[in-house]
Amino acid sequence: MYLNPDVSHAVKILIVGHFGVGKTSCIASISEIEPLQTEEEITEASEGFDDLSGTPHKTTTTVAMDFGRLTLSETLVLYLFGTPGQERFKEMWEGLSRGALGALVLVDPARLHESFPVLDLVERFGLTYTIGVNRFDGTTDYPLDEVREALNLSDETPVVHCDVRDEQSSAQALITLVKHLMSILN
Amino acid sequence: MPNDPEQDLELTSDLVPLFVITSGRALPPEHQYAHTTLVTAQKGAHSARTLSPEARAVMEVITDGYLSVAEVAGYTHLPLGVVRILLAQMEERNLLLVRNPVPRAEHTDLEVLMAVLDGLKTRFGA
Repeated sequence: MYLNPDVSHAVKILIVGHFGVGKTSCIASISEIEPLQTEEEITEASEGFDDLSGTPHKTTTTVAMDFGRLTLSETLVLYLFGTPGQERFKEMWEGLSRGALGALVLVDPARLHESFPVLDLVERFGLTYTIGVNRFDGTTDYPLDEVREALNLSDETPVVHCDVRDEQSSAQALITLVKHLMSILN
Repeated sequence: MPNDPEQDLELTSDLVPLFVITSGRALPPEHQYAHTTLVTAQKGAHSARTLSPEARAVMEVITDGYLSVAEVAGYTHLPLGVVRILLAQMEERNLLLVRNPVPRAEHTDLEVLMAVLDGLKTRFGA
């Protein structure tokens, strides 16, 4: 449960994507701890307007977010935060994106259009990312070029297949992201 | 953390508003007690008196070692904002040791990324 007492560096990577794309499975497949949840508060404009002030009602709702952990050395630990990609969660992104190394964006080839708001947020918060095309049951590998074209990605952005239920496959997608982050520095 | 079944009990309800749990305190600045800030209890802090039940719950999970703020929230089932406020109060009372995450500037540091890459490769044999 506890971290190595010598851990001095904690870093994080965001696992982002729309609802049902496999964020939780991805984290569960590689986390060394049983994935946990944080409850975060977001404010939302509720339906209708306040007659007196003419301003929209604001309500506070709670969003549960999954995360996992990977100890990478005696002094280094990596946290993986599953981050929902809808516009209404952008408040949470402020805290989560701060200091994040980058983002692994999971996409469902059958619902690529749902990834547009996600990519919009990732770019707005200035996160460097890699696309992981989740392989769902019984589907064949979707041509990566078509994903790149459909999502209008730059040539530099890596696009990889990723079976989120598989530890090796998820780890490989993360490795691709980290290599991409390094290549940007060079 | 003790495997006391009572730990699973719901700690908050609508009858206890969050501002009561946190004594009406505002959230600490965003960069303090971030998700990946690491915390543990000072030696002897466990016996501190006058902790609220929620602060006590936080204390229980960090008594024996370091955890991230996110993990503290996860294990206590308290909202992250509440956990951050409670931690700020505990630090003021010298009950807490804090290790801050790597500052952003260093994040683009090749050394950190290489260490992450090496760690992933070692761990997953990739």
